[in-house]
Amino acid sequence: MADEILTQLTNAIIEGDPDLAVEMTQKALNAGLEPMDIIQQGLVPGMTVVGERYESGEYFLPNLIISANGMQDAMKLLEPELRARQQAMSVAGKVVIGTVQGDIHEIGKSLVATMLSVNGFQVFDLGVDVPTEQFIAKVKETGANLLGLSALLTTTMVVQREVIEALEQSGLRQQVKIMVGGAPVSRGWANEIGADGYAEDAIGAVLLAKQLVAG
Amino acid sequence: MAIKSIANPKISLNILTEAEVRQIHRATLDVIESVGVRFPSSLALDILEEHGASVDRQRQVARIPGHIVETYLAKAPPVYTLAALDPALDLPLDGHHSYLGTDGCGVEIIDAFTGERRRSTKQDVSNVARLADYLPQIAFHWAPLSAQDCPPQSRGLHELDAIWSVSGKHAQTETIVDARQMHFAIEMAAALVGGRAELRKRPVLSIMQCTASPLGQDGGSIEAGLLAAEAGLPVGYMTMASCATTGPATLAGNLVVGNAEVIAALALMEMHAPGCPVYYAAAQTAADLRTGAYTGGGPADFLFGAATNLLADFYRVPLSMGAYATGAKEPDWQAAVDNSLSAFMAVSTLSDMLLGAGLLHGSRIFSYEQLLLDCEIWDILHATFQGIVVNEETLALEAIRQVGPGGNFLGHKHTLKHMRELWQPSFMDRRPYEVWEQRRDGARDFARQKARTLLNDYHPSPLDPQLKAEFQRIIAEAEKV
Repeated sequence: MADEILTQLTNAIIEGDPDLAVEMTQKALNAGLEPMDIIQQGLVPGMTVVGERYESGEYFLPNLIISANGMQDAMKLLEPELRARQQAMSVAGKVVIGTVQGDIHEIGKSLVATMLSVNGFQVFDLGVDVPTEQFIAKVKETGANLLGLSALLTTTMVVQREVIEALEQSGLRQQVKIMVGGAPVSRGWANEIGADGYAEDAIGAVLLAKQLVAG
Repeated sequence: MAIKSIANPKISLNILTEAEVRQIHRATLDVIESVGVRFPSSLALDILEEHGASVDRQRQVARIPGHIVETYLAKAPPVYTLAALDPALDLPLDGHHSYLGTDGCGVEIIDAFTGERRRSTKQDVSNVARLADYLPQIAFHWAPLSAQDCPPQSRGLHELDAIWSVSGKHAQTETIVDARQMHFAIEMAAALVGGRAELRKRPVLSIMQCTASPLGQDGGSIEAGLLAAEAGLPVGYMTMASCATTGPATLAGNLVVGNAEVIAALALMEMHAPGCPVYYAAAQTAADLRTGAYTGGGPADFLFGAATNLLADFYRVPLSMGAYATGAKEPDWQAAVDNSLSAFMAVSTLSDMLLGAGLLHGSRIFSYEQLLLDCEIWDILHATFQGIVVNEETLALEAIRQVGPGGNFLGHKHTLKHMRELWQPSFMDRRPYEVWEQRRDGARDFARQKARTLLNDYHPSPLDPQLKAEFQRIIAEAEKV
């Protein structure tokens, strides 16, 4: 019975059915399964298959996103249960992410946030048009070790540099590795402004984040 | 030099029926009315509300009744002219011409002499504008590259300064996205033609703004557009809604989302400045399913390229269409396929303005080779769209009679009279195989050589020093924070 619920949960993640994933997660809790087991034996194996299918070319980005949404929805049910048991998922890293001030482009930044989140990072997504001070304050408050800065305009790219400078001035630069992205951003620009890394897409951003936190 | 436009082509394409266009229109009005469009500008929301939209201030979303959108769109002039400093280079947007412009706004350039790829500067904008001025295929300028060595608050003005300092062709700017900078851009354009009233009559500058898909606008772009509309400058809003990311995966659904963004913005302009010249603009694509990135090329682009002009025609406004703009990294096979087919499709429905020539990697990297090869594509289309002319002279019966069976037409005067109507390449390689084999060079090499020659030798007469000084004064004013 328990195995069957977990298998159905895994399949719901693989097939990209967030509603079913939530339903199965609730069913598993009702059946008395431990939240950590639901995660490790239900959700994670599903995401692993999704990742493999993406790598092999069978799955596309929308598959990753809808499966990630299913996982995130399920986690909303499981997190209070974990807290009640004083348990916590191990965190790959803490990431503050947002689109810089003056820029309202959201989708690329949100893609990266989602992909980081399902890859074990704790993500603090500040949204778009984020004032520089807000990035600084959030890094300070959360003790984040990663900061992601998105910009889609040639005129707002320069704000990425301003945020890095502000971090230096506030003495927080050593605490965080900084990743930059956005259509006009290039590796050359990332180097020029003293960022720690640059990736062209969300998958690349996850690999980069893992490298950066590994030092 | 006369501009090489494609006029009254003999070839046309049926891509959507009238009923299908109406279906897309009705679906669009439904979306604008029931879902709404986000306008992050209290100025815009005030105007929309005054004219009958229901406005959610917190979400900054306006839901506009369909008949109101239609009423205000109908105020747009169907025909007007993009003026040039040199009136011989004026571009009538009369529904009978397609014009090619440069693409924009790239952030890197491949140097014509060293082959190095590097970040772009104001000098690069000026150099590209010089070539664009020379090339008859290029009818108008976009800011082809970002002047990244200039401050962000005046960068768009520096780009205009770089263009107008070397060229009398019309400029359409896509990089002035806030009202403050727009104010100064209008001052520069007015200085160029002798005042605001004259500018209204002869708009030497037109304005391109982007929407923020899905179903959103950028506040700065909207307020900049409103200011330009007041000044009588033609204003267009461009959607880049992409299938599967910022728009539905289906092509028709993506057209609906893009259409809603564009016509809501154009209706707003007409509410604010009734009768102001506006245009439709689009560069829709299908996102890359692996990465979610903007692709720039492929069948979806080609279909959008042809279909969008039917929508613009339905609203009786001109269209600025993102054709060309390949996703290729080099001027290669992919670039040739993308740019030939996308331009062909856009011209097949007589899209008014095509954007544009010269950029690679989804409009990020400028290549001189690509610019010149894109112009050759335009030449090929120019010849192709003239179609086959059938009349007594072209049927050539007299010549056929005289040459008869087994002869040849090489030495006939009918051949001499008409042979120059046959298309001649500038860069396509038609040399004998053995000649090619000696150097194994080709179109890219020829184009690069031509670019180097033009960069060295073509120096258009400089702008009047008084005007140049006035530009500098205006830009300095803009740079006072």
